[in-house]
Amino acid sequence: MTPSDFEYLRKLLRDQSGLDLSADKQYLIESRLVPLAKNSSLAGISELVQKMKGGSSLLVTQVVEAMTTNETFFFRDKVPFDHFPDVIIPDILRARSSRKSIRIWCAAGSTGQEPYSLAMCLREMGTALVGWRIEIVATDLSKEVLEKSKAGIYSQFEVQRGLPIQLLVKYFKQQGELWQINDDIRAMVQHRQLNLLHDFSQLGTFDVVFCRNVLIYFDQETKTNIFGRLAKATAADGYLVLGAAESVVGLTDSFQPCLDRRGLYRPTASASSKRIAISGAFVPSTAALARP
Amino acid sequence: MKTCLIVDDSNVIRKVARRVLKGLGFEIVEAEHGGHALEVCSRSLPDAILLDWNMPVMDGYEFLGNLRRMPGGDQPIVIFCTTENDVGHIARALYAGANEYIVKPFDKEIIATKFAEVGLIDFSQLPPA
Ligand SMILES: C[S@@+](CC[C@H](N)C(=O)[O-])C[C@H]1O[C@@H](n2cnc3c(N)ncnc32)[C@H](O)[C@@H]1O
Repeated sequence: MTPSDFEYLRKLLRDQSGLDLSADKQYLIESRLVPLAKNSSLAGISELVQKMKGGSSLLVTQVVEAMTTNETFFFRDKVPFDHFPDVIIPDILRARSSRKSIRIWCAAGSTGQEPYSLAMCLREMGTALVGWRIEIVATDLSKEVLEKSKAGIYSQFEVQRGLPIQLLVKYFKQQGELWQINDDIRAMVQHRQLNLLHDFSQLGTFDVVFCRNVLIYFDQETKTNIFGRLAKATAADGYLVLGAAESVVGLTDSFQPCLDRRGLYRPTASASSKRIAISGAFVPSTAALARP
Repeated sequence: MKTCLIVDDSNVIRKVARRVLKGLGFEIVEAEHGGHALEVCSRSLPDAILLDWNMPVMDGYEFLGNLRRMPGGDQPIVIFCTTENDVGHIARALYAGANEYIVKPFDKEIIATKFAEVGLIDFSQLPPA
């Protein structure tokens, strides 16, 4: 891969998915894109870049998807999945007692472990939710992971990570070496393809937004922009849940951390004033990329 | 220091499990089959038991039933670790009082996350994902 191939890919990925690749991540491009080039009968990354420059939009999509990290597992980091039934949902139940509906968004749902963990949490809450309308919307940039999420079929290795064995037996059907999540849980989750760089105001507002382990791949400016728009998509009395290594500190004044509740954030008063002002898609500036 | 009893008739598996669990801060006791494991437990109950299913003399399922009937035998956290991967075996294990279930082959990460999920180690002891 030549330096100009690297620059081309770096800019493309930043524009298409927000992925912020530093110069020391060349190996990541090699390890993900050499197999893709081979599959497309191309000799290597330079040929792949040539073909993309020639205007193959299918290839661009494939490259962008191949460069996403889809790592996820059931009940990842555990703490948010304790907060969800213990803090978040009881609070929303009080706040929405007249409307009796809850909207939940997994903004980077990947292969489904996160939205299905939430769905199982809700099932485990039993009668508290009888008569409530609950929507879980799982979105992701990658079509491939969404397909897997929709199917809800997991390997032994995947169900072994994070999923308590009692919940496996209760909510999954065994199919040979694989496990499929039960239809009633699957039906609780709707899937949509969505790039967080693009406008998502059409999804409406949510009471709970899980946006975990995706913003870590973006640069500061992109994170700030997304937080601003997420604040608009989060009800004023709703919750945002981030990954264990993520925070809003120094990036936005639209959310503030909940004291003693790691990973939980709530919109601030300043976010409500912006709820009308911010809208539209985000185009990351590429000025910084002009220099190698 | 917490103790973990490893019950498996394969000394290779015991050796691998011992290395992983020592790394997580456990004191290790080993047994080659369920009968031997019951002897160990009647002397002193461990905090955790990593338990194979198929073994000579007494299998893991029978051992678990006996353990849970012992005075204080409800205390140890029992994690099956076996090649038996069908839902029938898993359901029987849970019914007999298993806390968790790992299907072989396992690695360090699988053991560590399962042990964290059941509260035997702290999540902060897990290597970052
Ligand atoms: C590491 S996974 C996180 C999955 C899950 N939220 C969790 O915490 O386990 C990151 C996901 O973000 C998706 N992703 C990356 N860039 C994105 C973008 N610009 N818009 C939407 N999703 C994106 C990837 O496809 C991937 O499935």
